[in-house]
Amino acid sequence: MIFTSAQFIISVIVLAVLYYIVPKKAQWPLLLVASIGFYYVADRKYTDLRHDHSCPHLIFILVTFIVAFLTAYLIGRIDQKTKAYLSASKETISKEEKKAYKAKAKSKKWAVLLVGLIIALGLLCVTKYTNFVISNINSFLKEGSKIRHFDIVIPAAISYYTFQTCSYVIDVYRGKTEPQKNPFKLLLFVSFFPLMVQGPICRYDDLAPTLFGEHKLLETNISKGLTRVIWGYFKKMVVANRIAPAVIALSTDTDTYKGTFVFVAMLFYAFDLYCDFTGGIDITIGIAKVLGIDVAENFNLPYFSKNIKEYWNRWHITMGTWFTDYIFYPVSVCGPMLKLSKWSREHLGQKIGKRVTVYLASLLVWFTTGLWHGAAWNFIVWGLMNYVVIMISQELEPLYAKFHSKVKIKNTVGYGIFEIIRTVLLMSMIRMFDVYRNVPLTFKMVGTMFTNINLKIFADGSLLNIGLGKHDYIVLAAAFVIILTVSIIKAKKGVVFKDSNFAVRHFLLALLLIVIVVFGAYGEGYDATQFIYNQF
Amino acid sequence: MKKKIIASVLIIAFLIAGLWFAQRLLMPKYMGKIVEGAMVEEYYKETTDHDVIFIGDCEVYENFSTIKLWEEYGITSYIRGSSQQLIWQSYYLLEETLKYEKPKVVVFNVLSLKYDKPQKEAYNRMTLDGMKWSKSKVDDIKASMTEDESFIDYVFPILRYHSRWKELTGDDLKYIFEKDQVTHNGYYMRVDVRPQGEFPEPMPLDDYTFGDNAMKYLDMMTKLCKDNDIELVLIKAPTEYPYWYEEWDEQVSNYASENGLTYINMIPLQEEIGLDMSVDTYDAGLHLNLSGAEKMSVYFGKWLVDTYGLEDHRNDPKYTKVYEEKIEYYNKMIEEQRNNLEE
Repeated sequence: MIFTSAQFIISVIVLAVLYYIVPKKAQWPLLLVASIGFYYVADRKYTDLRHDHSCPHLIFILVTFIVAFLTAYLIGRIDQKTKAYLSASKETISKEEKKAYKAKAKSKKWAVLLVGLIIALGLLCVTKYTNFVISNINSFLKEGSKIRHFDIVIPAAISYYTFQTCSYVIDVYRGKTEPQKNPFKLLLFVSFFPLMVQGPICRYDDLAPTLFGEHKLLETNISKGLTRVIWGYFKKMVVANRIAPAVIALSTDTDTYKGTFVFVAMLFYAFDLYCDFTGGIDITIGIAKVLGIDVAENFNLPYFSKNIKEYWNRWHITMGTWFTDYIFYPVSVCGPMLKLSKWSREHLGQKIGKRVTVYLASLLVWFTTGLWHGAAWNFIVWGLMNYVVIMISQELEPLYAKFHSKVKIKNTVGYGIFEIIRTVLLMSMIRMFDVYRNVPLTFKMVGTMFTNINLKIFADGSLLNIGLGKHDYIVLAAAFVIILTVSIIKAKKGVVFKDSNFAVRHFLLALLLIVIVVFGAYGEGYDATQFIYNQF
Repeated sequence: MKKKIIASVLIIAFLIAGLWFAQRLLMPKYMGKIVEGAMVEEYYKETTDHDVIFIGDCEVYENFSTIKLWEEYGITSYIRGSSQQLIWQSYYLLEETLKYEKPKVVVFNVLSLKYDKPQKEAYNRMTLDGMKWSKSKVDDIKASMTEDESFIDYVFPILRYHSRWKELTGDDLKYIFEKDQVTHNGYYMRVDVRPQGEFPEPMPLDDYTFGDNAMKYLDMMTKLCKDNDIELVLIKAPTEYPYWYEEWDEQVSNYASENGLTYINMIPLQEEIGLDMSVDTYDAGLHLNLSGAEKMSVYFGKWLVDTYGLEDHRNDPKYTKVYEEKIEYYNKMIEEQRNNLEE
């Protein structure tokens, strides 16, 4: 059941009505039932498609939840016992004994955490990466001695709920979060249905207060929520669904569509992915808002970024901060890294030495970011390409500074626009690994973009043979103007509408809804309705 | 707060009106070459009842002239026909019709017995979109939907037809609220002539037995008519293609005799009816033209009067004025079509 299905939309409307009818104490249990129901229906549809009812995916989410609950519970108990012991024996034990006891408790907690993480991440790795590993091993084996692939289907949303669960148990271990004693509340946190399609990856402390809170029917929540939902559907259904078949056509027939067609595919995919992903997140945040729940923002006008570092602070924010908080920082300050840092400073000098650990930790972050997106080399190379570009631009910063000290253009509008376009084009080019899903082919096709320039394709009707007619281009152009205008207003003023513009805002929303119904690419003849980030 | 409530009500009204208008605009009007999709809804404009109701596919709505039945015998009749009307659609259309009137005779063309499962969405739409909402329509949709269709698209047809904005023409605006009348009590008139040609040899079938689902609806139709004291007549239209196998004919004959129904296979009666397939068909023998349909109506009308003693309403003031107008429109269309042919 995806966001664009009539079944989903009707179910959410019914749920929202029930949510405000039932006693407030029953609101979060109702959400839990809805979330499990959502997962169950999605599961049924998926297994029906595969004619495989052997292993319902619901089991994976339940196992992950049980592991998270037990891990947090045991860590909490160790903390409680430690506190109780230390306060009872305050007067009787020495400082050294206290320190030793704390260290012992910490190592126990670490062991519990490690077991929990191994099981949770193990499920993710086994289901998502086993066949990738086998394929790579097989490439070194002779015919006849190759290992058979496992018949495993990646459980829906496992990347999202596993990361969310891991952040919860790590935060409990760090003492940042209190363990949730009510298993059903924790199950809701792990399975909250709007997050199950494509995130965002929420932190327990951010989500819990409103997720388990009691909510009155507030006009402001309904209004803001619906605004986000309708805006999200506009981007997803009018743009992303319309342009996706063209991207598929351009990336499938690589003999025909090379050279300037690759440039077109690059721009189309940039628009497609933006509208698909941000649209889906808008729907998620909007649905949660209607229910009075605050979900973390995942985007902040990423295509207005002036460099790649800034772009990654604005795009898929919750994933970026997850990798920073749970991989980059822990890896940077772990024992071996500190030793390496010391060694490199001593042997390579302060300038280079201090960079070594940062570069290594960043490399690990970008490698895992790529791997998280998919069990394929194209995703890994995509992650590493981001790493390379970020590191190069970081190294070139002194040069930029020197240039700008001599040429005073940095604060001009023109240069700002140049920086934005440069960043968008660079990110879009790196993303071509996602389009072609084949590393050598991507390099080859991107290469033709520079060697095989053919501007005639913009005039000879070639672009009308890729699943888009003249009418579609008009709709896409109009949608582009609308999205750009809204984004510029948001960037300048912070909000698109002031609260006082109630009538204007809602009139425009009603109009937008009609536009979605009429100009949306859905139903008969449209297949590309699955969210791109749903597959991760 | 009061202002917000008023604004909300107005905006919701705007939204509903906007979607409704868009739906009216975007739904196919079936006013061009394919008029079959506009037939079902025309029934609701009828102001008088009918002694005979025909149900079925093109083998009824192109083969019987209801106006000729009136002119010759004073029989009031209506054809609730539609393209590739499947038997469950015929059943539910009949069920719905009985909510409006109670005819003396129902005539069902049995060709659709050969279909046991839903066929094509486009044909479903031509039958179902025109029906008024009722339990019969809901059941009809459920019985007719192919795997790729969804019920909500019937409830809100804009969800199905929204992409027609690309192909809108002046006709979509012209017929947005009112359509032209395309039939004569359900009869689809064609005056042109295209003589019958050679038909392909019939393909042998693996199994000639009608499907359980189709037969279930025939049983339901029989029961519905018996429960309402209506004579159900099963017919096979006189056209020879699509092929009507002997095995099928035998099954319908047996069913009719087991259930006390009349079954008339008109294929062997072509000569008796007076049909000359070199002049009485407009599409090389698949369907009859005006000349053929009028001959069929003269023949079948006599049989109806002789068998069921149907009353001659020609002097009944309840009907005369209504049918005068219908005859006028009938003759006007004949003239128009003939003029078009000459041009």
